[in-house]
Amino acid sequence: MTALDTPVVVPARRATVRRAREGGLSGPLFVSGYVVLLLAFGVLPTLYAVYLAFTNVRGQFTGLNQFLRVIQDYRFWPAFGNILVYLVFWLLLIVVLTVGVAIVLRSRMPAPVSAALRFLYYIPGALAGVASVLVWLFMLDPSVSPVNWLLNSLGLTTFAEVLAPGHLSLIFALIAFWTGAGGWIVVMYGALNNIPQEVLEAARMDGAGPWRMALHIQIPMIRKWIVYMVILAFAAGTQLFVEPQLLQTASLGRVSPTWSPNQLAYSYAFQHGDFNGAAAISLVLLVIGLAGAGLLVTRSGLFKVDES
Amino acid sequence: MKRVVGLTLVSLVLLVLLVFFVLPALWLLLAPTKMAADLASESPLSFGSFANIGVAWQHLTSFQDGVLFVWLRNSAVYAVGALIVTLITSIPAGYALALTKFRGRKLLLTVTLIVMIMPSAALVLPVFLELNLVHLIGTAWSIILPFSFYPFGVYLVYIYFATSLPRELLSAARLDGATEWQIFTRIALPLATPVVGLVAFFSFVGNWNNFFLPYLVLPNSDGFPIQVGLNQLLSSTPSFNPVAGAGLNITSPELALAIIIAVLPVLVLFLFSQRTLVSGMLAGATKE
Repeated sequence: MTALDTPVVVPARRATVRRAREGGLSGPLFVSGYVVLLLAFGVLPTLYAVYLAFTNVRGQFTGLNQFLRVIQDYRFWPAFGNILVYLVFWLLLIVVLTVGVAIVLRSRMPAPVSAALRFLYYIPGALAGVASVLVWLFMLDPSVSPVNWLLNSLGLTTFAEVLAPGHLSLIFALIAFWTGAGGWIVVMYGALNNIPQEVLEAARMDGAGPWRMALHIQIPMIRKWIVYMVILAFAAGTQLFVEPQLLQTASLGRVSPTWSPNQLAYSYAFQHGDFNGAAAISLVLLVIGLAGAGLLVTRSGLFKVDES
Repeated sequence: MKRVVGLTLVSLVLLVLLVFFVLPALWLLLAPTKMAADLASESPLSFGSFANIGVAWQHLTSFQDGVLFVWLRNSAVYAVGALIVTLITSIPAGYALALTKFRGRKLLLTVTLIVMIMPSAALVLPVFLELNLVHLIGTAWSIILPFSFYPFGVYLVYIYFATSLPRELLSAARLDGATEWQIFTRIALPLATPVVGLVAFFSFVGNWNNFFLPYLVLPNSDGFPIQVGLNQLLSSTPSFNPVAGAGLNITSPELALAIIIAVLPVLVLFLFSQRTLVSGMLAGATKE
């Protein structure tokens, strides 16, 4: 902190010198490196994808034809349907369980138990991505799974049966929950901690039990965070790629190679060499992501764009 | 009485969740201590022997002449390279957004927020198409540079400086004749240590775990990071791919060991920085 003191104690000598723009030219200079990256890997790829999506291989403008073409692809709607079912499972799981668990850990468990559980729940977060999928391949393979009795009791005795098309959405939701829920439980717990003690005390005086307390006080007061989580989880969920792609590798092609929209875009680019079609699908996904982000930034009041 | 029943029920749910979160990780840690056949026949949470870990290690490291080490080195190069570029660009940028005024500042901040919240996977295919256009496919830069673009880091730095460094302090320094560069290096940077750690943590973890972009951009096994390497190991494991995997020594224990090695750097960071991680998730949005 010594560095802080030095400029303050020295008396100001030229108090009349005030710059209209604080920092002069340094602001634009300091952001320049980042702006170059933003243009190169945020703005330009988007613009290029827009260009590709509205033209054909020869660069001729084709209007909405690329979009019509990919939408008419027999794999397009199933891919979005898969993602939709997945999102329903995943959002239900994450909202009900992270909020519920956070409330229980905050109000009904002794502090050491609560701390230990929060820590253990969040450890799988370190295995996000490829590792989590591989671990779950083992969990879901009845020949090695530690819970094969559970799989068997559900009538699933082979890996192929577990990976039946109807099960995939739920499987991906479980994997996502396994890696992601712990972090969110901790976040919700932190948000619950910010509720003033007097508010809870007053409710208790009025005779509110744990249920009433949760439903009428705690959940409404952390609503902003729940919305934040849901939008982030929704936007990320639409982009699913790693999980179905790896499962496809591991299942000898029993899982469709175009299970998710991102896989379909990948398949357009790499199997068919059709970059225009790939760009069109990517743009659809990009717009969904942008819409979620825009909603959160402008409406939620969670982000500060300017100090008031 | 009602309360006791409720508490029991609640504890039961917590316990089931505990098993759900911990069992797979525990199983993973124990898998390399057993032979492939033991995994199927013995009790799932039994400990095999340390010797088996050695055997699995030998099989794994001899896979394609030790390509495992090449993958790990690649991951380190990509993640650390991107981390350095991220720090060099995002710290001055966050500082300038918080404490200087210039035309377009608010626009830049809004765009940063939107790109930061938008899932990064949404941009991967467009970035690939762009890299393909400029013939950068397959180079290390085609990974490091896109990884370096990290709006979340800029936002973290912005929030940090906006809340912890008073503008008056900078004005005083300016009146005293300090140049903007001196103000940044002598006043702002020494204060920035906590946020540098935060940005470094998230950038490293995110890039180390990233699969999608390298999977698209890198054609050769020599250039794979460990995450894409794991995918290749998976397709060489007979239990998941009897055809391609036949004759190789990569079985389930080897694959499990490879997973552990791949997540080790991130796991270590996680174990020692729960607080950092959570403060970062909360800093994603301001509280007031």
